[in-house]
Amino acid sequence: MSKLPITEADLHAYVDAVLPDDRRAEVEDFLAAQPEEASRLFAYQAQKDALRQLFNPVLDESLPAELLELAEKPIVPAMEAMATPAVDMKRRPFLSRWSMQRIAASFAIALLSGLAGWLGHGQYQATERMAQMTPLARQAAVAHVVYSPDIKRPVEVTADQEDQLVKWLTKRLGTPVSPPKLGTLGYELIGGRLLPGNAGPVAQFMYHDSSGQRLTLYVSTEQTVSRDTGFRFAREGAVNVFYWVDGKFGYALSAGIDKGELARVATAVYDQLENK
Amino acid sequence: MDSRTILAELPRLRRYARAMVGDRAVADDLVQDTLERGWLRLAQWRPGSDLRAWLFGIMHNLRVDQLRCQGPNTQPLGEAESEAPMRATQSDRLEVNDLAAALARLPEEQRAVLLLVALEEMSYEQIASTLGIPLGTVMSRLSRGRERLRLMLDGHHPVAHLRVVR
Repeated sequence: MSKLPITEADLHAYVDAVLPDDRRAEVEDFLAAQPEEASRLFAYQAQKDALRQLFNPVLDESLPAELLELAEKPIVPAMEAMATPAVDMKRRPFLSRWSMQRIAASFAIALLSGLAGWLGHGQYQATERMAQMTPLARQAAVAHVVYSPDIKRPVEVTADQEDQLVKWLTKRLGTPVSPPKLGTLGYELIGGRLLPGNAGPVAQFMYHDSSGQRLTLYVSTEQTVSRDTGFRFAREGAVNVFYWVDGKFGYALSAGIDKGELARVATAVYDQLENK
Repeated sequence: MDSRTILAELPRLRRYARAMVGDRAVADDLVQDTLERGWLRLAQWRPGSDLRAWLFGIMHNLRVDQLRCQGPNTQPLGEAESEAPMRATQSDRLEVNDLAAALARLPEEQRAVLLLVALEEMSYEQIASTLGIPLGTVMSRLSRGRERLRLMLDGHHPVAHLRVVR
């Protein structure tokens, strides 16, 4: 059996655990016979671990408001074509292209608000249309408004019986459901409840922070449009809602807190669900 | 590319930027510039392709532009400086600072590859396409960067007590 010589690239691939099994075994044999090389690779592995230890905490920092703002799509797609040729980047106008887009966006918003106002007299139909367009966000917001002010009985099963809550909701929804942990963001689980959705049960988890501010996560498993949506934002009265669809799951996070703070929590929830 | 996917990438972009430039505010500015350019060039992004790699690529190009503009001040220190003595360490805290300091002394292009491997866990091929360099160049930068970092840290403080986790 002739073996290919072990290369420097093999050694790095070994550190990064991307070698196929048989080649890895060959590298291990090589290292057993070459203690100096082994200690060099050992140091590389240690570097890698140390770099993660040093920089991973950045992942848990709350996101600066400017960045959250920029994560929002800056312009309405239809406006893009209009905004783009308006400014020549190379000539560095006194307004940056970015601010031009912002201005374009605010025009678009003004235009839309005007349109909304004009539609105002047909308010009932508009509301109806809204409900059809964003049933998830709307249902979640209504559920939030109904249950979160309840002092005595905000939830059916409290957080001290979290195991039972998870078991129960998992059984009723027919799919594993569990509340994300938001303690690091200052939100503790109060508990959860089962609610009627469009065609069956949905779950609601409720959290609160030290000031008593409540936040609810609405979890539906009846999303039939199999297309995943982006992070969407909706406002229903005083309640802000971030919602998204992931396969059959629809998630909506509602609270009467400002959009930036809610986005921060929503990101954490999304990450936890993503890494489940 | 939409708000949700962007939001999901933000923490990673920030971590990489912080590791690349060190300073928090400068790093966040870099992320901000990346997002702005990302939205402006949205049309160039192929839906379905790897958004993260695309954004990291944009950040990389911005960084290259920045360094080009800034001139010699921020040029990565050369071979000779990497031998410069570093202060002795007394505690873990200082040791962490030493790693940051040693990282900052690596040439920019080696640091980028090292961090994309260590933090982003990108494959060598992904790194090649993100940075727009051949695979062989990725490997040689990784090899040189790791060795240089090892020598810098080894100079006064063995790292062998860190456990290898595989």
